[in-house]
Amino acid sequence: MKKLGKFLIFIGTMFVRRESFGSYISLTIDECIKVGYNSLFIVTIVSVFMGAVTTIQTAYNLVSPFIPDYVISLVVRDMTVLELAPTIMAIVYAGKVGSNIAGELGSMRITEQIDALEVMGINSTSYLVLPKIIASMLMYPMLVVLSAFLSIYGGYLISLATGIISGHDYIYGIRYEFIEFNVTFALIKAFVFAFLVASISAYKGYFTSGGALEVGKASTAAVTNSCIAILLADYLLAQLLLS
Amino acid sequence: MIEVKDIYKQFGDKTVLKGISAVFEKGKTNLIIGSSGTGKSVLLKNIVGLIQPDQGDVLYDGRDFTHGDKELQTEIRREIGMLFQGSALFDSKNVEENIMFPLNILTTMPQDEKLDRVNFCLQRVGLDNANKKMPSEISGGMKKRVGIARAIVNKPNYLFCDEPNSGLDPQTSITIDELIAEITHEYEITTVVVTHDMNSVMEIGQKVIFLSEGYKLWEGSNENITKSDVKALNDFVFANRMMKQIK
Repeated sequence: MKKLGKFLIFIGTMFVRRESFGSYISLTIDECIKVGYNSLFIVTIVSVFMGAVTTIQTAYNLVSPFIPDYVISLVVRDMTVLELAPTIMAIVYAGKVGSNIAGELGSMRITEQIDALEVMGINSTSYLVLPKIIASMLMYPMLVVLSAFLSIYGGYLISLATGIISGHDYIYGIRYEFIEFNVTFALIKAFVFAFLVASISAYKGYFTSGGALEVGKASTAAVTNSCIAILLADYLLAQLLLS
Repeated sequence: MIEVKDIYKQFGDKTVLKGISAVFEKGKTNLIIGSSGTGKSVLLKNIVGLIQPDQGDVLYDGRDFTHGDKELQTEIRREIGMLFQGSALFDSKNVEENIMFPLNILTTMPQDEKLDRVNFCLQRVGLDNANKKMPSEISGGMKKRVGIARAIVNKPNYLFCDEPNSGLDPQTSITIDELIAEITHEYEITTVVVTHDMNSVMEIGQKVIFLSEGYKLWEGSNENITKSDVKALNDFVFANRMMKQIK
């Protein structure tokens, strides 16, 4: 509870004694490039393979002649949109972006760069952390949309390549009984996960003390705690919005 | 002038500062000296507000920094320049951007004026052609100079230096000391330097405060430090063979 209280106070301090609005714009753009653009490669690779493997495994399990082929792509679509793109990508995102945020802030802490900001009269939490959280909440939903598209496309490519299901059936399946709310749900999850990864990682990095060893520990703790928070939030959101 | 009144600071069950009071005078280089682990850096961090004292006050020209509201604290902090032990330059910014940083954040100065001010400060610390270098590309001594340039770029009223000579060769140390002293006199600012380097004490210690085990044991100038009868101070001052020979 004490840690939760400290975390909430940390989040609260971002909104007091802020600098000029203009200074946040360039910082947020820089962070968007770091967390969004620089994650494109890993998101692309993971998503395409995730879609391809999901398609093959679904086809492997649906062997009954009474189940039409298009059900395979329907399952791939729903799994991707509801769970794989927002949640699995969030785990990958925590590993890449979360560890980076914690490492960066941890290094700044132990080399007194954060102290330097404080001495200048700058609210270091607001200046360093707020742009990271905003950028994360802007970019991660876009990454999720991209991931969902690439995952479904990866399934399509593997279907064509292996002949598990025809291209026509695959397209039919991904259009069949499409529920628009699933996309809304995925985007809500994306916003929440983006906030959790950025804020937890920033918290872990910001309060690092000691040396290089502690920075490494902070990065690891950032990823572990983010993953746990993602899974808890995933359950809560599913319970709240789908049940 | 900075006035420190009866400062106490405790970490866990260890009391690091035990009722420190001192006055740091304007236009002088005020030194806080003492062995490692005696609370010098903790005192400095209490003065600049990086650590909140458990008891006591810090007054900047009569303004209560410790118990003042956030606005007053921010106002005072914006009059402070600080050189950190490891220079604390921002890794992602080059030398010019590092020095310009306080101007970008704290002023509305036009870009040309900012650049002129940065170049003036770089010239002042003897680094004319280092504008575009990254912190990783420059030596420890150069980093300290850039740190000083960043500390003075916004024309501070108070300059703090935490171990400005640590990790530097004797010649560069003297250059940095001289630079700090020159800047102090030139701009008539209140400078507080934390050090355990006796060369610095003898070179620039116009006012010296000696700390030992959390207490202030002695106060004076570099001219009379060798004449003190405080044992802990004598042990500190005459620790090396050269000083013993001088004695």
